[in-house]
Amino acid sequence: MDELLLRSLTPSVLTVLVRRGADFAAAEDAVQDALVEALRVWAADPPRDAKGWLVTVAWRKFLDATRADAARRRREDRVEDEPAPGPAPAVDDTLQLYFLCAHPSLTPASAVALTLRAVGGLTTRQIAEAYLVPEATMAQRISRAKRTVSGVRFDRPGDVATVLRVLYLVFNEGYSGDVDLAAEAIRLTRQLAARIDHPEVAGLLALMLLHHARRAARTAPDGSLVPLAEQDRGRWDTHLIAEGVGVLQAALARDRLGEFQAQAAIAALHADAPTAGETDWVQIVEWYDELTRLTDSPVARLNRAVAVGEADGPRAGLAALAELDTSLPRHAAVAAYLHERDGDLETAARLYAEAALKAPNLAERDHLTRRAARLNTDRSR
Amino acid sequence: MAKYLLLKHYRGAPASVNDVPMDQWSPEEISAHVQYMNDFAARLEKTGEFVDGQALAPEGAWVRYDGEGRPPVTDGPFAETKDLIAGWMIIDVDSYERAVELAGELSAAPGAGGKAIHEWLEVRPFLAAPPTITE
Repeated sequence: MDELLLRSLTPSVLTVLVRRGADFAAAEDAVQDALVEALRVWAADPPRDAKGWLVTVAWRKFLDATRADAARRRREDRVEDEPAPGPAPAVDDTLQLYFLCAHPSLTPASAVALTLRAVGGLTTRQIAEAYLVPEATMAQRISRAKRTVSGVRFDRPGDVATVLRVLYLVFNEGYSGDVDLAAEAIRLTRQLAARIDHPEVAGLLALMLLHHARRAARTAPDGSLVPLAEQDRGRWDTHLIAEGVGVLQAALARDRLGEFQAQAAIAALHADAPTAGETDWVQIVEWYDELTRLTDSPVARLNRAVAVGEADGPRAGLAALAELDTSLPRHAAVAAYLHERDGDLETAARLYAEAALKAPNLAERDHLTRRAARLNTDRSR
Repeated sequence: MAKYLLLKHYRGAPASVNDVPMDQWSPEEISAHVQYMNDFAARLEKTGEFVDGQALAPEGAWVRYDGEGRPPVTDGPFAETKDLIAGWMIIDVDSYERAVELAGELSAAPGAGGKAIHEWLEVRPFLAAPPTITE
């Protein structure tokens, strides 16, 4: 049985239940139960109409759960009056589900968890394993999130930007585990892009595709990070790059620039360079100018200094860096790199070591420590 | 989300405000303290922020490799070691501010006389997985 197909049906089954009058939290639980049952019985006995089967079983689970709760007898009477389960409508409200699961009243972590379960069709256990927390903790995080959005009207359009932030988080901070969260983020963003015509949705999808294309080249066999300039570009996925560039070009043609399109444009310029030396840094600096204008993000300003260093030389990069607050994360790492390019290896080694102490993750710390060590070894020879 | 370690020390932390050793508390005060810790962990599980909590025995040993084919060397415990870890709680929270807020609550566990201990807890961020998008 195709688990991805099963999971892709999750949002539309859930919205059918909600349309029939089930409250979101109970409907979502019922759909989880139906998914678990499908995983159990479909292998031996696959249904002809997968979605119809899921709707029928989820609705029965919902009625069972409602009946079991004596205190909710009155609502049971109401739901029994609803139309009997039948063929599911072809048009679904999956888009509304995205908005609900990314509702601004939710914390980012809650929105991520709820989106992965209610839209992505992942089980609580899979989500817990992906984020390295106990299943009980993740179950509570999800049920709290459902309580938080319980009063939200299901028929009002939401803010696309909040949905994009959630999907970006799933992609960018996905841990490695049983579930490939980067691939899942791409699947959910594709599904969203098919339902809403918005250049930033396309921009985010392009950004994800272009970065996913480099995945095989990004880490060495020992798990250490390979910087962009040193990656084996022959291992980049050209199909994903072509798709990402195509999606991005169509979005840019709409002339409604946003931060994700700008980030994707930078990734596309890297993808376009056959070797690191042939990178069009001048254009990349221009895109960083757009990006800092759009977001004023400190990360973008730091990366801009790196790009300036490549386009106009390390001195120019250091001058751009001098305008930024030294307390920014990765400031020391960028300064180290620019000093190394400028030939001041002693300062570079000191700054790499300082940056390693402040690194927010292990792979980056090891990478910075290695660079400091290499410079120190070379100098002592 | 980011994970933080809330580290509790037997020794090595600055002195707490209510600095009476546990063996001089009343049994009821000890029970109240344990109850507070359990309730705190249960509450964090409900908020979806709990990852792990463990206590360590104070007595341990130092162990090191002693060369090919030889058993490891053990030594200690060294009474003069100034830092001694008592246990930890691991939390998964939205911000550093939230981690500090929770550590503050945990430090308010009751001690002698039923009063808050105000003990110093060490808050340490975990090194996370590297992000995909960096440029």
